[in-house]
Amino acid sequence: MIGIIDYGMGNLFSVSKALERLEVPYFLSENKAELLKADALILPGVGSFMDAMSILNSTGLADLVKEFADTGKPLLGICLGMQLLFESSEENGLTEGLQLLPGHVRRFPGATAEGETYKVPHMGWNRLEFLQDSPILKGLDEDYVYFVHSYFADTDDREVVISRSMYDVEVPAVVGRGNVFGMQFHPEKSSSLGMALLRNFTELVEERMSVK
Amino acid sequence: MLTKRIVPCLDVKDGRVVKGVQFVQLRDAGDPVELARFYDGQGADELVFLDISASHEGRKTMVEVVKAVASELAIPFTVGGGINALEDMKRILRAGADKVSLNTAAVNNPGLITEGANFFGSQCIVVAIDAKYDEELGSWRVYTHGGRTPTDLEVIAWAREAAERGAGEILLTSMDSDGEKKGFDIKLTKAVSEAVSIPVIASGGAGNADHFAEAFIDGKADAALAASIFHYKETSVAEVKSYIKEKGVLVR
Repeated sequence: MIGIIDYGMGNLFSVSKALERLEVPYFLSENKAELLKADALILPGVGSFMDAMSILNSTGLADLVKEFADTGKPLLGICLGMQLLFESSEENGLTEGLQLLPGHVRRFPGATAEGETYKVPHMGWNRLEFLQDSPILKGLDEDYVYFVHSYFADTDDREVVISRSMYDVEVPAVVGRGNVFGMQFHPEKSSSLGMALLRNFTELVEERMSVK
Repeated sequence: MLTKRIVPCLDVKDGRVVKGVQFVQLRDAGDPVELARFYDGQGADELVFLDISASHEGRKTMVEVVKAVASELAIPFTVGGGINALEDMKRILRAGADKVSLNTAAVNNPGLITEGANFFGSQCIVVAIDAKYDEELGSWRVYTHGGRTPTDLEVIAWAREAAERGAGEILLTSMDSDGEKKGFDIKLTKAVSEAVSIPVIASGGAGNADHFAEAFIDGKADAALAASIFHYKETSVAEVKSYIKEKGVLVR
């Protein structure tokens, strides 16, 4: 069963509803022992990086996520949950992240190199470009997904960026390494492609289960 | 590149979708859950769900209706009306909404914008502005309480302040255009869109597909909202999108 980490910062309802639509069993929990037993974890997140990390650290859920990642079972961070997987963020002052993926979370500059200003947050539908073969993209075609964020994951590690969108800078949109995945956009709010990406994640879980 | 968003608005009173012509006459245009499902299937980019009687009657938005709508949607939606405190925002966002919209409450207590933005992130906080041109002011005046109460605030200055205080988006309704179906207020939309660095949703006055093209091309809006023309099937989201795409507007 998929565990959704309930740490008070997520849009848990919409993620839960999306899994229900996919007919995938899940549970919501803040209990470490329970979460550790899950076949996969989803780390949602709406809010600020610093608040989220402070809750994850004080509840011990930060260690739980790292421990879970070490087991090799699939982990998916969504939106802020994806950003938390990286090394650090500059939102509200430099804050250390979960350090599962290489890179730092930075604010959109708000102006291009040519000095032309643009709007932040990056809010709305943007096209996903697939950069790498990944089981998470299996059988899918490039389409639009829904983003809402003011910060993006800046990484030099090309292998981590599975898919991207362009908004002045390159926005890593689907990231991953091994069993750790992240989506900067909201798959549960991204119509058919979003639902298909979530479906692929749940299939990774099922495949892993059947191998075991 | 971001696409321009087409946003059907569900004005809700007592659990039913209604649309006021200039905020006064109300007609019953259906069930919010039915409409949500309908618009999701039609390719709407987002929905706005406003409890229009909330400020007037001090009524809280019905969380159960929000939950029911959220269960049907695989697209984002905003909820406004009756949100007066951080607790209200938590309740609505936990019920499945992606953003909350503050109108009267933000004018009465601008600190609420910052409070919400600090807790949830700016992207969750929409400030809705009801604007009416004022000869004396030589600009647009901000109205509250569903357009019934004039304030001392000038629209451009208020939009800037809202953005500085942490709003992630402005939902800008022209009271002069609302319900007239003669097009969005392009001057107003452009003035606000150019004054702030956050997205602006144009609202009020949509009568046909060309009005949307104007709002995006001339008004520089990031999204455009309409209710009655969609609810009464005078046009569809799909028709509007295909028309504005031909005009060179990037859509999903």
